Amino acid sequence: MADLQLQILKEVDASGSIENTLQVPVFAKIDAAQIYAALNSLQAKQMITYSKIETDKWVLTPEAESFLVGGSPEYRVMEAVLKSVEGLTISDLKSQLGAIGAVGQGKAFKNQWLGKDGEKLVSKVDQLPEDVVVAQLKEIKETGKLSDKKELTELKKRKLVQQVKIVGYKVIKGEQFALEIKSYETDITADMISSGSWKTADFKPLNFKSEGIYPESGALHPLNKVREEFRQIFFSMGFTEMPSNQYVETGFWNFDTLFVPQQHPARDLQDTFYLKDPVKAGKPEDEEYWNNIKQVHQEGKYGSIGYRYPWKEAESLRMVLRTHTTAISSAMLHDLAKNPRPIRLFSIDRVFRNEAVDATHLAEFHQVEGVIAGYDITLGDLIGFMEDFFAKMGVNGLRFKAAYNPYTEPSLEIFAYHKGLKKWVEIGNSGMFRPEMLESMGLPKNMRVLGWGLSLERPTMIKYGVSNIRELLGHKVSLDFIETNPAARLDEDLV
Amino acid sequence: MPTIGVDKADLFELLGKEYTTEEFDELCFDFGIELDEDTTEECQGDERPQLKIEIPANRYDMLCIEGIAQALNEFLGNTKPPVYTLKPSTPEVTLTIKESTAQVRPYAAGAILRNVKFDQRRYDSFIALQDKLHSNLCRNRTLVAVGTHDLDTLTPPFTYEALKPTDIKFAPLNQSKVMDASEMMEFYEHDKHLGRYLHIIKDLPVYPVILDSKRTVGSMPPIINSDHSKITLNTRNVFIDVTGTDKTKTEIVVNQIVAMFSRYCETPFEIEPVKVISEHNEETRVVPNIEPRVAPAEISYINSCLGLEYSGEEIADLLKKMSLSAEPSTSEKDILNVKIPITRPDILHQCDIMEDAAIGYGYNNLKKTKPKGDSLVAAPLPINKVADILRYASAQSGYLEVLPLTLCSHDENFKFLRVEDDGTTAVKLENPKTIEYQVVRTSLLPGILKTIKENRKHSLPIKVFEAGDIVLKDPKLERGAFNQRNWCAIYTGKNSGFEYVQGLLGKIMQTLRTPWLENPESDTRRGYWIEEDEKNTTYFPGRGGSVIFRVQEGEEGKRIGSIGTLHPEVMSSFEIPYAASAVEINAEVFL
Repeated sequence: MADLQLQILKEVDASGSIENTLQVPVFAKIDAAQIYAALNSLQAKQMITYSKIETDKWVLTPEAESFLVGGSPEYRVMEAVLKSVEGLTISDLKSQLGAIGAVGQGKAFKNQWLGKDGEKLVSKVDQLPEDVVVAQLKEIKETGKLSDKKELTELKKRKLVQQVKIVGYKVIKGEQFALEIKSYETDITADMISSGSWKTADFKPLNFKSEGIYPESGALHPLNKVREEFRQIFFSMGFTEMPSNQYVETGFWNFDTLFVPQQHPARDLQDTFYLKDPVKAGKPEDEEYWNNIKQVHQEGKYGSIGYRYPWKEAESLRMVLRTHTTAISSAMLHDLAKNPRPIRLFSIDRVFRNEAVDATHLAEFHQVEGVIAGYDITLGDLIGFMEDFFAKMGVNGLRFKAAYNPYTEPSLEIFAYHKGLKKWVEIGNSGMFRPEMLESMGLPKNMRVLGWGLSLERPTMIKYGVSNIRELLGHKVSLDFIETNPAARLDEDLV
Repeated sequence: MPTIGVDKADLFELLGKEYTTEEFDELCFDFGIELDEDTTEECQGDERPQLKIEIPANRYDMLCIEGIAQALNEFLGNTKPPVYTLKPSTPEVTLTIKESTAQVRPYAAGAILRNVKFDQRRYDSFIALQDKLHSNLCRNRTLVAVGTHDLDTLTPPFTYEALKPTDIKFAPLNQSKVMDASEMMEFYEHDKHLGRYLHIIKDLPVYPVILDSKRTVGSMPPIINSDHSKITLNTRNVFIDVTGTDKTKTEIVVNQIVAMFSRYCETPFEIEPVKVISEHNEETRVVPNIEPRVAPAEISYINSCLGLEYSGEEIADLLKKMSLSAEPSTSEKDILNVKIPITRPDILHQCDIMEDAAIGYGYNNLKKTKPKGDSLVAAPLPINKVADILRYASAQSGYLEVLPLTLCSHDENFKFLRVEDDGTTAVKLENPKTIEYQVVRTSLLPGILKTIKENRKHSLPIKVFEAGDIVLKDPKLERGAFNQRNWCAIYTGKNSGFEYVQGLLGKIMQTLRTPWLENPESDTRRGYWIEEDEKNTTYFPGRGGSVIFRVQEGEEGKRIGSIGTLHPEVMSSFEIPYAASAVEINAEVFL
């Protein structure tokens, strides 16, 4: 192997370059694969560079090879005819020469070398003619080609020659050309650095056209990464995170305090998870509040005529899994009534709905909720704030539509234009909490509270093209998805 | 939100304009309803194109084409609100409520529409409105039910009574056979449409019925009317009976029906009242009560909420678009007296009036401002901060964060973990749709193990963690239960890898300034150690321990969680063909 490499280097050195390895007799004899390996190795060391040359070549078939020894069939027929004293019949020829006798006799007739006298074959030439076919075959064997194209076609017809592709290489000197082959280092080692051997060592080039070896790494969950983006938006706008870590709620806090009447469809078994253990809640400590809620539903209070139905304590004390984080907002606003002041609150946490599970619905998902309390807040403030908030997620140009929600009035659905879907899509809900809710808590009449909410999953699915919520939340999420998921940047335009 | 299908050509004719889909969509958006679908493209043959319109859940006056057109026409300024009148002003027809109904369905109201002209589409709309009311406001007929009759087939006065099922005999609507009410319950048991209402009265000792003076049955609410009194296209005089368990909603329903369909009377919007005689509960009165309710609204409040400085008259102009007529009070300067028509029972408070003024003005025309309070200081929830420290440290240690659901089956939370349910820990659901949602988890293990099961083709080892809430019962609390933030990690592979989770715990504890104490008895610093726990059956015997944490120098250590090699039966229960070790601790102790 090393000998071959050296031979190549010597040849290049002697001739300046090799135009085609096939033309160098010593290389032409060597198996092409070996040449290829030797050239690659030399090229890796930048001693040479090579390029491949493909050429067509004619070679002799085994039949033609046999002619080179004894002559072509027509030649042998003439040899036999001229040699015989009494002349030969066709069957004599067959017994003397076997199968080639028939082939040779036909060709000899065609060449007008042979004639017939009755049964006897007679020569039309005086002496043995030149064996042209063998001469042609010899030329092909030596040069791989034949100048006379017509004759070549004839030989091909006679299945004496066939065409093959052969590969040779053009070799020229490389940057590191030398007649001596050095060994190359693959890496810089600590030993080299301490011994200083790196100064004289030659290094194999690095492979930049590969991804390399990935680090073994952990990862945060994609949905939690988006959650963190939302948290940072809230923090940047002065919002304090609510203690939303309370999944179990009572009918009172989840519905009644929010002025959701006890017959409201949201309170159906079809929509809300009720608990059988524990089955009944305790009454809230603030009895005045409890009574206010009862009155505002049943008879009306604070300028409201109420829903005018018999409000049932038992319904209020039923246990539920919270259907929205607004149950927490309600408790926080009730606390605020002890010391009313402007405040901004948010939470991003789980909520539970007794819904049939499909590609866009799970029994659990995350709700993003924001609350702003302040004196004399206007509806224009709500709209202006929403534009700022959504602009931070890269969503601009909002439109607001009137909607209905039992605990906010006015209620505004927030729409944004989706360039991909080419339509306005609803991205969240907002509104001003109803006075029935706030004044029952004891908040002053001119303290108004804005609230808005959206799910965490929906914008994440739209932004990152996830079509099934179960691929984003729950135990069916793929670990590969978690591992390879890029950073979440809500303000980044995805192309 | 109810979706109402209306005839497209009829609606545009009522609105006096051929809208393009885009134009109509815009109109809906501005008003606060939503065009869901325009079926023009899908119509075949002589099918008439429909518009499917989503209506806010509290606009009972917009559950039919008549109401939608009326509201939109007023919004567009095309028409004034109808003025409803009662004729004769003193009712001639009475409906007497017997005390026997008190125990089953105590309230009833009624009304009569004289000289009505139906055609097929009006008739269909009349029936559809009753269906929409039944499924929305009436909560599937539990709260209120409506019956409509050809008055000319009955002989007033009417009574509303509750009778034994076997004493009620009539041929129900579209049937020729007379049956008693018990037979009817069987007859309709598997009926697609009516079957779902039977439960409302089925097991009661008596069923409510509307009877005429000849004891002819008009209807048996909330199930069915009699065939005898059914209305047809030729019916001219309609008697409407409304019964319910909720008085307010009973009144709202009768009002909506007469408000919508009195327009087809010979004198439009003229309604014949009925006197309800209900001595036993002092509910004797004339129905329907069509007088608008006058609600005072503060001009300053509306202006303040909308950021406007409008006069009372200017606000009244906005309200006109929303079917509300208003005029400034002559006695109180800041008060606008707003007349709430019977079509707007959704208005409860002046905030509802303020909203209508806002819609009249146009939400998207409001001046955009910023709420004060930009200087407020933000703060994270402390437990979320602790959890983030745990999460970042776990991810930095090469573990993947997973996010399973908090609801799981009872078996997953107990039996699969080889834990007995002593009834003191887990919150249990009353009405889950699948067994996947029977309990709220009391450990993070089931969710993580389920995640590993789903990812068992992933290259080994699988190293995952979660920082999430579990829920535990506490009968002393108002809400009966509380959340606890836990942190849990599992190593799964060809080997159980106990040392790896042990090391991960060490790394986490190091992050939380809590060193491992080799001799916790002599070394009294803050720190943690592990003690073997034979009682923890989730782990293999001899391979499970408790994590003990001493918060401060000199204090007693307290158990904050567990660590160990999961029992092989746990692995088979979760169908994971590997060995695993787990660690789970309560994160709240680091607050």
